[in-house]
Amino acid sequence: MPEIRAEMVANVWKVVAAEGDTVADGDTLVILESMKMEIPVLAESSGTVSRMAVAEGDVIQEGDLIAVIE
Amino acid sequence: MIAVYSEADAELPFVTESDEAVLIGPAPAAKSYLSAEAILAAAAETGAQAIHPGYGFLAENAAFARQVIDAGLTWIGPSPDAIQQMGDKISARNLMAQVGVPVALGTAEPVSDADEAIAEAKRIGYPVMIKAAAGGGGIGMTVAADAEALLAGFETTRSRAERFFGSPSILLESYITSARHVEVQILGLADGRVIALGERDCSAQRRHQKLAEETPSPGVGGDLRQRMLAGAVRAGEAVGYRGAGTVECLVDTQTSEFVFLEMNTRLQVEHPVTEMVTGIDLVEQQLLIADGADISFDPAAVRPHGHALELRIYAEDPVRFLPSPGTITQWDEPAGQGVRVDAGYTAGNVVTPHYDPLLAKLVAHGADRDEALARMRTAVAEFVIAGPKTNLAFHAELLNSDEFASGMYDTGIVARLRQ
Repeated sequence: MPEIRAEMVANVWKVVAAEGDTVADGDTLVILESMKMEIPVLAESSGTVSRMAVAEGDVIQEGDLIAVIE
Repeated sequence: MIAVYSEADAELPFVTESDEAVLIGPAPAAKSYLSAEAILAAAAETGAQAIHPGYGFLAENAAFARQVIDAGLTWIGPSPDAIQQMGDKISARNLMAQVGVPVALGTAEPVSDADEAIAEAKRIGYPVMIKAAAGGGGIGMTVAADAEALLAGFETTRSRAERFFGSPSILLESYITSARHVEVQILGLADGRVIALGERDCSAQRRHQKLAEETPSPGVGGDLRQRMLAGAVRAGEAVGYRGAGTVECLVDTQTSEFVFLEMNTRLQVEHPVTEMVTGIDLVEQQLLIADGADISFDPAAVRPHGHALELRIYAEDPVRFLPSPGTITQWDEPAGQGVRVDAGYTAGNVVTPHYDPLLAKLVAHGADRDEALARMRTAVAEFVIAGPKTNLAFHAELLNSDEFASGMYDTGIVARLRQ
């Protein structure tokens, strides 16, 4: 059950995928914003988004859970 | 000197070292550094006489400049009209063409939809650069090599343009495959004259944002330099420019011809390299000009000496250039002959994700380019920053690359180093 975690402190700008969505490897799950830069967070495997742990506007820390793909 | 700051920056040196500092709001820039109301209230409360807008946030905001002037304060910058004329890339391009400054083949009016973009790109010829007319900082710029890429890039650029600059206006320009980014420092004097203080080469970029700058440009010879400086003065004169400004150009490395790119109607981040070779304090000139006084030097007697390099030290990883906020646990600056460090942070400070990743500007001057490069290599090796990741390791690599060392590089150098 791959967990997608944050690589850095950032604001969640856009949540692109929703719980229940089928995603392919490389699909954008959410777009983070840090230091005036948009950072897309991508699915690292194909599957179903079983959990979306962030909402738009959230501030997340390095290591925080973003999503779970099953 | 009175500083204004957001809650995120309360501990930073620019706040602790200022004579007086006023908290103007929470971390999000829209509620602090972009709030004209909060800044003007701080000015009124402290009895400030003038506002220096720096080089980000509201520095190129004509409406803010007008509000400052209307509040009876001195605006340390060009007139709101000049900011506005140069702020829109399309109107700036058209004005430059009118006064005889070369511009790249491109659109004279905003491109409103995808069909029009396709038609215009066919006229201009691929590859084309898609840009936000109100844009800056390289945000939203996309190169399209064919119609398919153009359609995708047009939508991306338009959505970014709306989000970051509040205007969906788009222009297309012919894309120069191998170009150097060279800009000219100008000063519009209180008596109305416009002078040029040499050029800066800013070709080392990632994501269309500058990483390293130098003067003089290794890619600009005597005749081209004369034409660029004269063009930049004409650009300034065309808008009645007053104060410090920068005329950005692209130099085609194949033809050694230049075209006008845009004008930055403010002090530039990389202004220290010009100061190092001319001995002129540009911020001092800004203050004198805003006060209606004479500048501190004789323009006819300026003789730049030696070579200067600047590196932007960013809180980002040196491989993928991804942001790396965090707490700075160690900060040891280099020192030595010809070395200057303009730092925004020190040990104990927290680098937050709210603003630009720029931590410091590392500048080295030498009698010639080789000496400046040697001093810079030593300075980079001696600069120790622990906590956030920084791009210092990238800079060491850049300085040691054959391409940068030769001086014969173009705007593709960073991408090539990362292939």
